[in-house]
Amino acid sequence: MSVSDLAARRRDFPALATRVHGKRLAYLDSAATALRPQPVIDAIVRAAQLGAPSRSVHALAEQATSVIEDARSDVAAFLGGRADEVIFTSGTTGSLNLVAQAWGRAHLAAGDAVIVSELEHHSNLMPWQMICGERGAELRIAPVDDAGRIQLDRVSFERAKLVAVAHVSNVTGTVAPIAELAQRAHAVGALLVVDGAQAVAHLPIDVAALGCDFYAFSAHKLYGPTGTGVLWGRASVLATMPPWQTGGGMIRTVEATRSTFRGAPARFEAGTPNVIGIAGLAAALAYVRAIGDVRADEARAHAALVAAVRAAGGRILGEPELAVVAFELPRIHAHDVATLADAEGVALRSGHHCAAPLHARFGVTASSRVSVGCYTDADDVAQFAAALAKLREVFP
Amino acid sequence: MTDARALYHATIVEHDRHPHHEGPLPAATHAATADNPLCGDVVTLRFVLADGVIADAAFEGRGCALSRAAASMLATRAIGATPEQLRELAATFDRFLHADVPAEDLGELAVFEGVRAFKSRRACACLPFTAALAALDQ
Repeated sequence: MSVSDLAARRRDFPALATRVHGKRLAYLDSAATALRPQPVIDAIVRAAQLGAPSRSVHALAEQATSVIEDARSDVAAFLGGRADEVIFTSGTTGSLNLVAQAWGRAHLAAGDAVIVSELEHHSNLMPWQMICGERGAELRIAPVDDAGRIQLDRVSFERAKLVAVAHVSNVTGTVAPIAELAQRAHAVGALLVVDGAQAVAHLPIDVAALGCDFYAFSAHKLYGPTGTGVLWGRASVLATMPPWQTGGGMIRTVEATRSTFRGAPARFEAGTPNVIGIAGLAAALAYVRAIGDVRADEARAHAALVAAVRAAGGRILGEPELAVVAFELPRIHAHDVATLADAEGVALRSGHHCAAPLHARFGVTASSRVSVGCYTDADDVAQFAAALAKLREVFP
Repeated sequence: MTDARALYHATIVEHDRHPHHEGPLPAATHAATADNPLCGDVVTLRFVLADGVIADAAFEGRGCALSRAAASMLATRAIGATPEQLRELAATFDRFLHADVPAEDLGELAVFEGVRAFKSRRACACLPFTAALAALDQ
């Protein structure tokens, strides 16, 4: 990828032209929500003019149904799975709650164990807390080391029925050893759930090579719309799961006092599908396919962000491999960092990033986080470095 | 246009760096803690109430410069005041942060004027007052 490719990509994102407090926008919060390129915005607008999908048979409804079923095939191709293994959800959170509730109710019993890691986003922790509490199962936490790597040897896989981990941490930017985790889980007959929210925009995904049983992600971390996500589940596993939510579109027969249900994926998609969001997701997948491999550009931006934080005397949480850099500055609270950065046109995130246990493990209550997208350039990094210098002026 | 450096008035930074009345208060008769679950900030306000007057005050907790500075100024203002006067101060401060009204008798707390432009940060300045009111209601 050359500088001109990067410059061309930047022109695809209208939000990058926004002036913030009179300043150029340096958008370094893609890990929270990535910006959307014009083709995605156009697809969302087009889909907003369609009819009810998967219900009526008139032309506008047929088009909407096609949008959804074509998108299902696109997602399958993106993940390396089958179209009938792709369930559309409201996002990673919805996907993980679906697994916890639908799979957990059918398969978890007292004495079983679920394993998660210490670095999980709350969305991949609390669903397991809840279902383990309901079923009398044990929730085990695999610790992470100072680098942010999961310490597999420090957790027992005995009696484990399911292991759930983030592919890429939204705080430490470390990549979990998914293939090894799959092996360890399968060796004891457990399933592996992967939270791919932070991975899909930065790594090629192949669920077959990863060996996982579920893979969850959100469209809005991949240049798509909010409120839209995916749960990929292995067909043989989905077949063992009862519905979680019930409603229109997922039934085979309904009588006054009982119902029967369709198979996957329809079984897990109660209610009128989110055709606008799904159209946006399909356009986002087409966009990332079109721009090709941007990993070299992202790695360059990421390394420069790490260097800028270090130069400002920041302490980085873990040893980030890609995508994000979370840090604290000595004696400056993360919220003060975020507000002062905003004044300089730099959009970054502050707080615990929905990973409070991990922050506790690193001995901090809040951190600041910068993250890269396919549009992050050297000017963004320079603007961030200048904002850090200004912070020191205000808080000497 | 909003300027974050107007928000971080030198007085606020000074109180953050060198807060007044930070620490425990073993003789406290009234105490309460307030937290902001969105950011994890937490502050505890403690008062010694004697003969209807706040004889001593102190705060403890962790938070941003705004919440620390507000806690420091609050504790300073509380000492020698009646609970009723402190409640009035809290109400005045709240009005001041949320509407374009004059600082009235806010004294040093008037330096928080810049917070008005940063809606998401008003809660930071208000947090110690929430704790103080809860303590007085005990």
